[in-house]
Amino acid sequence: MPQWIAACATDDIDEEDVIRFDHGAQTFAIYHSPEGEFFATAGRCTHEDVHLCDGLVMGHLIECPKHNGQFDYRTGAAKRAPVCEALRTYPVKVESGQVFVQVAE
Amino acid sequence: MGKRDYSLLGPDALRAVETGLAAAEWYHTEVPRKVMKELMQRRDGPALRDTALLFGTMIVCAGLGWALWPSLWALPFWAVYGVLYGSAMDSRWHECSHGTAFKTPWMNNALYQVASFCMIRNPVTWRWSHARHHTDTVIVGRDPEIAVMRPPVFFKVIANFFGIFDAITGWGRMLRNASGRLDAEERTFIPDSEQPKVIRVARIWLLIYAATIALAVWMGSILPLMAIGLPRLYGAWHHVMTGLLQHGGLADNVNDHRLNSRTVYMNPVSRFIYWNMNYHVEHHMFPMVPYHALPKLHDLIKHDLPAPNRSIAAGFAEMWPALRRQLANEDYFVRRDLPLGARPYRDDFHAAALGTAAE
Ligand code: FES
Repeated sequence: MPQWIAACATDDIDEEDVIRFDHGAQTFAIYHSPEGEFFATAGRCTHEDVHLCDGLVMGHLIECPKHNGQFDYRTGAAKRAPVCEALRTYPVKVESGQVFVQVAE
Repeated sequence: MGKRDYSLLGPDALRAVETGLAAAEWYHTEVPRKVMKELMQRRDGPALRDTALLFGTMIVCAGLGWALWPSLWALPFWAVYGVLYGSAMDSRWHECSHGTAFKTPWMNNALYQVASFCMIRNPVTWRWSHARHHTDTVIVGRDPEIAVMRPPVFFKVIANFFGIFDAITGWGRMLRNASGRLDAEERTFIPDSEQPKVIRVARIWLLIYAATIALAVWMGSILPLMAIGLPRLYGAWHHVMTGLLQHGGLADNVNDHRLNSRTVYMNPVSRFIYWNMNYHVEHHMFPMVPYHALPKLHDLIKHDLPAPNRSIAAGFAEMWPALRRQLANEDYFVRRDLPLGARPYRDDFHAAALGTAAE
């Protein structure tokens, strides 16, 4: 049963940046787009087991800190080798200054 | 540790996976996120300036070298052209493979394709092999880009100052790929979906070489080959000289770039040719930082790194004797001291690899 989990406050993430959010055994990356929207993806790169939270957000792309592979964090699509496999994305909502991620329990 | 097997399909490769050395978490010096974000920012300006200077100088040198041929006055121009083709293109290939040279992706890709051709490194194959080099830097059996294996084969190292083995291997691979085949090692790190691209690029290159050779035969002159192909041999020495310093004589099978990589202060001309890759520990720790920001990164983290070698000569003075000692003792390597206050090496984790360090 999917659940909405509070991940962080909206001002915990600078615009055009990313933070890590752990919930149970799962790890997520939460993004703040240049337009002020929020998005969530799986926290680890699909190429190797590396946290995306240390990467660089450029517009709607997240660049992985290990080999510079890129994903569109809005859709999860792989955009630059060496990543080939898409990133899983999760629904996000903002309420009263809090960012919620919908997590499958 | 004894005899090393550098094959990507051999027993050392298996052992690295079993022991957790492969795809491990590497040591990083702490840098505040805000500062790191600033350092990682991409810009077009520095690489546009450097690329204009690079290609401008190449065109002028090739033009003068061609015009003055066969006089001896042509030689200095070909010598400069050769280094820019056979060495500067190595660092351009490298930086663009990380996507950090320019902010604009097509500019990165365009320079990456040209530089890959000059260096005879298939742009698809080498993107994957270089990714592996960053995952498993100098891990025996995992890293496909170890320049000097142990025990060192000096004849090969010296021949490579003239590009001999690298170029012959590159052309051999090109011919094999152009015939529609990849070897077993290539298939270990290139995903199936990418393999047709390897073949397509090899075929395009083959056509370029065929046209160049045809022109040389038609003109009855070596000049077309002085411009395309041969500079990979006569201009390779600078990238081999700087490239050997990256990891030569240092530890293998460790997960701390301070133990297996070398930062060397270099003169401005070599830094232009090498595009700041002399800050090699910094590059490996933070591969997302573009070449133009590496000096800043170096200033920021040098308190946590071994002291850099003061010059190319000083780097060789440290590395060359170590390579010679590895002839008799494969486990020998140079272990550099960390400055006071740096986070210590994890000797417990690296115990097996760090058996025979220099005193
Ligand atoms: S681990 Fe992310 S691109 Fe390789």
